[in-house]
Amino acid sequence: MGVIGEGMAEALKMLATGDPEVWDITLRTFQISGLATLISVLLGVPFGVFLALKRFPGRGVLASLVNFGMGLPPVIVGLATWLCFTRYGPLGSLGLLYTPAAMITAQAVIAFPLVAGFTMAAIQSLNPKLRLQIIALGANRWQFLWLLLREARLGLLAAVIAGFGGVISEVGASMMVGGNVKGLTRVLTTAIALEVSKGRFELATALSVILLVLSFLVTALLTALQQHRRQPQ
Amino acid sequence: MVKRRVTLGILLLLLAGLVVGIVPAISAKVTDVILATTTSTVDTGLLDLLIPKFEAQTGYKVKPIGVGTGQALAMGEKGEADVLLTHAPASEKPLLDKGLVTDYKLVMHNDFVIVGPADDPAKIKGTRVAADAFRKIAAAGALFVSRGDDSGTHKTEKSLWQKANLKPGGSWYQESGSGMGQTLLIASEKRGYTLTDRGTYLAQKKNIKLDILVEGDKDLLNIYHVMAVNPAKFAKVNAAGARAFVEFMVSPEIQKLIGEFGKDKYGSPLFFPDAGRSEDELGK
Repeated sequence: MGVIGEGMAEALKMLATGDPEVWDITLRTFQISGLATLISVLLGVPFGVFLALKRFPGRGVLASLVNFGMGLPPVIVGLATWLCFTRYGPLGSLGLLYTPAAMITAQAVIAFPLVAGFTMAAIQSLNPKLRLQIIALGANRWQFLWLLLREARLGLLAAVIAGFGGVISEVGASMMVGGNVKGLTRVLTTAIALEVSKGRFELATALSVILLVLSFLVTALLTALQQHRRQPQ
Repeated sequence: MVKRRVTLGILLLLLAGLVVGIVPAISAKVTDVILATTTSTVDTGLLDLLIPKFEAQTGYKVKPIGVGTGQALAMGEKGEADVLLTHAPASEKPLLDKGLVTDYKLVMHNDFVIVGPADDPAKIKGTRVAADAFRKIAAAGALFVSRGDDSGTHKTEKSLWQKANLKPGGSWYQESGSGMGQTLLIASEKRGYTLTDRGTYLAQKKNIKLDILVEGDKDLLNIYHVMAVNPAKFAKVNAAGARAFVEFMVSPEIQKLIGEFGKDKYGSPLFFPDAGRSEDELGK
């Protein structure tokens, strides 16, 4: 049996026996990337809606910047976050370098343009007559926004899925600002990189399988929400 | 339909709760000690053994940041770390001279070895002097994989080329730009030579097809020092924690542990404890 087979077997064994370190790393991965996604959704959805609905000077530039940001290299975000959070950097007094908070910040910065960009596209792709119709029906401002978001649900969930997928698979920024500290900032991607350096390929493969399963479960849940009552007839 | 919706809602709430559960633990504490160190102490598993003991004894929480020695020293130079554990004495001295670090103490040593494919195209096996072996590799134009990352190992490699009066370059000389473990894998895949610390080589041995070809030269000594970043220069460093870590590393109990580390797995220790000795005594 090769490395891949052994890795698979090892992954099953670790999950079945409840290896505490692996569970700890898996939970932390979920928490850090989950919270980063949550923050990016709370900021990115309103920003995307704003860009889609408001007319103002500079809107085109902002929209381009958001779309450009969707492909922002995580390692550059990591370096920028690292420089900001170093002790003698601009945000050094917060003392956040090599903490989960620094990782959440970097990951939220990575996910924000993804969420905002997908949201903008989702709102813009709605039939423009729908807006008129909602207003004609006498909706107030908040009812209007709520109905619009509801209609754009498919695209909004795609935004969340893209954001989460972007950050949970990211390693460069997490390694740089988190430092891969055991029991504190070690997540699945950085643990995989470390186990490869240690020459423990079976363990690295096992952790990879766990990362894929975790990522799939979260995505499947979001997809279930997205596809709710959307089965092709 | 409604039931499914409720189930999904509950699941989402549960997940959100799980996510928010990390909030109390996300920021730093005053008891944190940032240890900038070389990858070899992390990749061999030595720190996984020592750090929990230090934390239990002192109550500090150590954050080991495994980077190349060049980067670790740069972090110390800017006051971004509290304590350093590195292996490039020639590069450490300037920091000491400028007063950027204090409590500079010899901790341990092991050695570098030159490894390569068993068929040894440059015929370096058995060469006594490392610089001579480098000369032979260059003359044969045999592939050499360099770390190329200003790590302690890379610094040693560069000093050996200098000693051989050579400026390596050309298609036979490739820079991996990555850690020792990765570099060994690359050298093995490409059937090239490389310079490695013995510890990482032993840890990677089962994954690679490289033999030790040159060892035992005094130039191949790999010496590790621990040092505290000087709080007089950088007010933000955790001075007490750093000093505690320095004392811990040279304490008799830990020195004994270092000397035994790896014996069970590799048959010989990966590091030799040296606290209290002077650098000149080594390799004699």
